[in-house]
Amino acid sequence: MTAPSPGPAGPAGREWWGTDEASVRYGDRLALDHVTFRAVPGRVSAVVGGDGAGRTTLLRCLAGALAVSGGQVRLPAPLRIGYLSAGSGTYPDLSVTENLSFRASGYRLPPAVAGERSRELLERTGLAGARDRLTGQLSGGMRQKLGVIASMLHQPDLLVLDEPTTGVDPVSRADLWWLIARAAADGAAVVLATSYLDEAERAAGVLALDAGRALASGTPEEIVAAMPGTLRVSDAPPDGEARRRAWRRGGRWRVWDPVPGDGAGGLAGAAGAALVPDLQDAVTVAILARELAGARAGNGGPEGGGPR
Amino acid sequence: MTQALAECAGVSRRFGHFAAVDGVDLRLGRGEVVGLLGANGAGKTTLIRMLLGLLATSAGEVLLFGEPPSRRTRQRLGYVPQALGLYDDLTPAENLAFSEAAFGTHPGRGGHRVMPSALPESLRTFSRTVVGSLPLGVQRSAAFAQALAHQPDLLILDEPTSGVDPLARARLWETVAVAAAAGTGVLVTTHYMDEAQECDRLMVMADGRVVAEGTAGQIVGDARVTVVETVGTGSWAPAFAALETAGLPAALVGRTLRVPGADPAEVRRALGPIEASVTGAPATLEERFFELTLTSSRTKAPT
Repeated sequence: MTAPSPGPAGPAGREWWGTDEASVRYGDRLALDHVTFRAVPGRVSAVVGGDGAGRTTLLRCLAGALAVSGGQVRLPAPLRIGYLSAGSGTYPDLSVTENLSFRASGYRLPPAVAGERSRELLERTGLAGARDRLTGQLSGGMRQKLGVIASMLHQPDLLVLDEPTTGVDPVSRADLWWLIARAAADGAAVVLATSYLDEAERAAGVLALDAGRALASGTPEEIVAAMPGTLRVSDAPPDGEARRRAWRRGGRWRVWDPVPGDGAGGLAGAAGAALVPDLQDAVTVAILARELAGARAGNGGPEGGGPR
Repeated sequence: MTQALAECAGVSRRFGHFAAVDGVDLRLGRGEVVGLLGANGAGKTTLIRMLLGLLATSAGEVLLFGEPPSRRTRQRLGYVPQALGLYDDLTPAENLAFSEAAFGTHPGRGGHRVMPSALPESLRTFSRTVVGSLPLGVQRSAAFAQALAHQPDLLILDEPTSGVDPLARARLWETVAVAAAAGTGVLVTTHYMDEAQECDRLMVMADGRVVAEGTAGQIVGDARVTVVETVGTGSWAPAFAALETAGLPAALVGRTLRVPGADPAEVRRALGPIEASVTGAPATLEERFFELTLTSSRTKAPT
């Protein structure tokens, strides 16, 4: 796809990190298919998509951990990147402090600087009391916070976080978002992967991936504005063909009409009221549209042969 | 009053001096979907383990279908643990056959044959693939199908949709809604407020106690936050730092800052000379949850 101005593109001449039409091939499988993504200093960008969408592949490219098979990447020097891989990237049999000093030496940070910064970030996120505990004994949320702190210790120019908040409770999530905001306030371009759209809505720029391709990109508002067709909300699922264009949300049903004004599709008269969509609706529509198009192309067969 | 599917009256569980669950009352009726919210350590898992009969209470009473939890009540219960509880090296159908044998729902002699109809349409495509090789969303549907196969009266879901895309999540919730419409009571724990909105009723736990209960709207009530909007790219950063220094930690949302538990005047003062619009706005469920959890930890200060 050609994305003239994806969300995080800053004012002209402003620095950015990211990819241009990047593709990654694993054997026969195209894990990333011509994806353009921009991360801008001082901003948080979110990469969303479910399992197998290509999020981790894109983030590994941004971390410099994976070479692209096609297209371009533009990255700061390796020591100016911070990367948290999915699953926290800390050593379970080292203590919290040991993990941090090990990472700091990898970044070639002077011990005094590393110590001061570690102390500040640990204290602010409620980890100070756990300093001497083995990382393997921490709760999931504490381990994720430590992972993010470890990856931003050296004040990187580009901070790449793979699902920092998945499975984390809301209180730890607030601390994680404080760290994320802090890194951006210090000038880093922050990229985070998430499967939660309410979280992506907090980012200044969003890229939605599905089956390795960009489904939508831009600010949350731009993605919502670009949603094709219209949405209605109804108390009951529609009958017939429209059932395939309906999904459950907030205890009610959303029904997508691909052609604006074509409300006839299965909704009985006044049953559906027009709805102003949010980011989650817009991304769901994009996934649904692709699923329906795939079913049509595949002669309505089941989703066999889908992206795995 | 009709009999509740699950009932807790003044239930507590202590581990030494630590009260993991502290005087919880809960009542779940037929067809009801109740969401259990709480930070780690709030007591959700301990409460569920007592309901499942895996853990004894220290005080109070747990009743499932009107009797104390036992192997017999376990037969009427479906449970999807966070880790899904499937065998990675069996196919979904083999997992289902094993579970049905354990529940005694298919007591057929010889090999346990599973009716293809017991597996939802979306899973039949993957009938020859072992669970460990399936995408996460499909694994989750398999776990749901298995938990529902013996038509339980009560379904307990622990973080049911972590890591799947929004359409797959909506489809999993359709399965829950179908079961609830048929009369199954559902108790679900989640960390995600969007998922919480799917529940008929919510219970917020903090430090072992229920600190709020009701619909999402009732729990949020008239709680408010202060919203700070600055003009220009990156201009939120100085405001973020100023608020932090003033002890008013702000959450970054897009390019605006949201400050829970502070009034606009206080925030305005903390911003000093920084140019910004400062307004009040209704709190979100997550913001309200956060406030409830913090208040609880302050009132229950260590002795």
